[in-house]
Amino acid sequence: MSKEMTGAEMVVQALVDQGVEILFGYPGGAVLPIYDVLFHQEKVHHILVRHEQGAAHAAEGYARASGKPGVLLVTSGPGATNTVTGLTDALMDSIPLVCITGQVPTHLIGSDAFQECDTVGITRHCTKHNYLVKNVADLPRILHEAFYVATSGRPGPVVIDIPKDVQFARGVYAPPAGAGHKTYHPKLDADMDAIRTAVRMMASAKRPIFYTGGGVINSGPAASSLLRELVSLTGFPITSTLMGLGAYPGSGENWLGMLGMHGTFEANNAMHDCDLMIAVGARFDDRITGRLDAFSPGSKKIHIDIDRSSINKNVKVDLPIVGDCGHVLEALVRVWRAEAMHAEKQPLDHWWAQIEEWRARKSLAYRPSDKSIKPQYAVQRLYALTRNHDVYITTEVGQHQMWAAQHFHFDEPNRWMTSGGLGTMGYGLPAAIGTQLAHPNAMVIDIAGEASILMNIQEMSTAIQYRLPVKVFILNNEYMGMVRQWQELLHGGRYSHSYSEALPDFVKLAEAFGAKGIRCANPAALDAAIQDMLDYDGPVIFDCVVDKVENCFPMIPSGKAHNDMLLADLSDDAGLEIGSIIDEKGKMLV
Amino acid sequence: MNAPASPPSPYSSATHNAKIESHTLSVLVDNEPGVLARVVGLFSGRGYNIESLTVAEVAHAEHLSRITIVTSGAPETIDQIHHQLERLVPVRQVTDLSVSKRSLERELAMIKVRGRGENRSDALQVAEAFRARVVDATTESFIFELTGKPSKIDEFVDLMRPIGLVEVSRTGVAAISRGPEPI
Repeated sequence: MSKEMTGAEMVVQALVDQGVEILFGYPGGAVLPIYDVLFHQEKVHHILVRHEQGAAHAAEGYARASGKPGVLLVTSGPGATNTVTGLTDALMDSIPLVCITGQVPTHLIGSDAFQECDTVGITRHCTKHNYLVKNVADLPRILHEAFYVATSGRPGPVVIDIPKDVQFARGVYAPPAGAGHKTYHPKLDADMDAIRTAVRMMASAKRPIFYTGGGVINSGPAASSLLRELVSLTGFPITSTLMGLGAYPGSGENWLGMLGMHGTFEANNAMHDCDLMIAVGARFDDRITGRLDAFSPGSKKIHIDIDRSSINKNVKVDLPIVGDCGHVLEALVRVWRAEAMHAEKQPLDHWWAQIEEWRARKSLAYRPSDKSIKPQYAVQRLYALTRNHDVYITTEVGQHQMWAAQHFHFDEPNRWMTSGGLGTMGYGLPAAIGTQLAHPNAMVIDIAGEASILMNIQEMSTAIQYRLPVKVFILNNEYMGMVRQWQELLHGGRYSHSYSEALPDFVKLAEAFGAKGIRCANPAALDAAIQDMLDYDGPVIFDCVVDKVENCFPMIPSGKAHNDMLLADLSDDAGLEIGSIIDEKGKMLV
Repeated sequence: MNAPASPPSPYSSATHNAKIESHTLSVLVDNEPGVLARVVGLFSGRGYNIESLTVAEVAHAEHLSRITIVTSGAPETIDQIHHQLERLVPVRQVTDLSVSKRSLERELAMIKVRGRGENRSDALQVAEAFRARVVDATTESFIFELTGKPSKIDEFVDLMRPIGLVEVSRTGVAAISRGPEPI
């Protein structure tokens, strides 16, 4: 199978051998040899983006929606630096990416050549691993190793920087073989003693809760179905982080909704008052924990994670289980069944009764209006009207993202693509393009804000070029809404530079790109307008003109605990000064 | 030691009054380009301290290098550093040599001292007491070579200061566990 070829040919051959069907990229001087090879073949389908950041987010969307690694190809210098935000986003959210960058020829490295940058130096901190290939003999191994590293253990982005002379050089190509990496072999199976201890702790828990995250989704569909089985075996309540939505169905019996800063009242209070927390593939991020010294003070904590460094990083846990979520959940289900365990019935009933009391507060409620479209209402209608579609949702970052997480429900994993850890505005449209390529016949909708969408709006051209019928559903309140909300809470309502001045006419903008534009500002006309969008066979920009001052509730204000939530009805009280809720210490936080 | 001066954040578990400990970590890595930058970048990026760092290839055929890092922090920070290092793809093994207390630590230093008359004999006397070797001498200076624990070198340098210390070059700490077993 070994064959002599050029470095550029090796790149494309390795992509074929790794099963890559879609490659996002943008050509430039330092990758021309690889583009020339792409010209002569039809196995790898190249998608020309309009900006390299778009390539990275599109690859992320593709990876999340398909479960396969996302692959991108960009040139040296600005091509490489433009991917940095997307690589960082993928690192934070554990998304497998392989990013191939061109580099100036080896003899020019270090000379400040045209379009030269220290790509491996710049990306060292925003990749799981990276390589500079100085010898074509190393290239086949590195290409295959990159796919292995990106997808094994805790997934993440990998950069391969290939100087132009290495692309021209000839060498012997070898297909993927062996162990993937000579020393890097993450442990997947957990210690069985820990599993048995966990099962005993679960069987004797009185107020248990599952707190699950993106790790369950990254582990693959089997992990999600095992999670469902374990929840149904135990009868425990379950909540999830933003990244984990869909692992357990949003319509499931034991579902409490999302937790954290904009999580439900019942999920956060259950986290605070539980006596056993089972964290599965979640990392106790500050958006989840709120005030750490008041975080779930009375509970024992089990933490299942493939990354040992996630354990005890923010929150000290009682029982660490290091392993892949799927493997660990399988072992937990097996031992629970084998030992014929059952949950403590009576205390669990009491616990559920308490949870129902919290749920009765209806923390996601908002004041309906027949004059303006409430953003929550818009998301609810979008959800209702897409029930007969095979629907995938991406988002940008801000209030609309939280409303989407709260009011659009996911019954399956890999249906929800959002920038969680890094919080990258401009993520949603390219991610929708990647998602649509993974699922050509699905209904892919980017729930957006009018500020975020402008950060990568150029990717509409990509959607048009490849006839990708993505729908951009903009909740347009003419503000960077989350910034405005924080300025209201923290800075006396001084809305410094958070007003979306000089917005384009989104309908005309859509038409300029060759897409369909729809605008709706009337709640009574919303359903018909959404239907119009869903019925259109092509890309749509939907300008949904919503209430300008709606805030996103419930909310754990900065520096507060889970049981110290701000609810929508509370903030509407005439007597309460919303700006006084967060104290001086809380203002320091992000 | 760079103890953080800022108040603890409610989002941080860094225990404010925790005892700061010094630990010596032995890190075995694949000797590939950029591996030292990865390790050092991890420390700077996550705000950890490096008190001393040494690195050299120890097994050429296996491309194996050994990095010895002396770091300081609260016990949970040391634990985090340990596991963050293990995450790096080219890192094969991380051992905290300070846990068992059964390890040897040595550092080599070269110390330049200037002086005439009485100061010269004082310097030689101190050097003899510390078993430092004279590796260079002129009519008005000596260079001493000294191997030992970092604290011994500190003491030696302190004694040389009033005599006429000019400059010091230290290798940083190399460490190894006692007994027949490898780490």
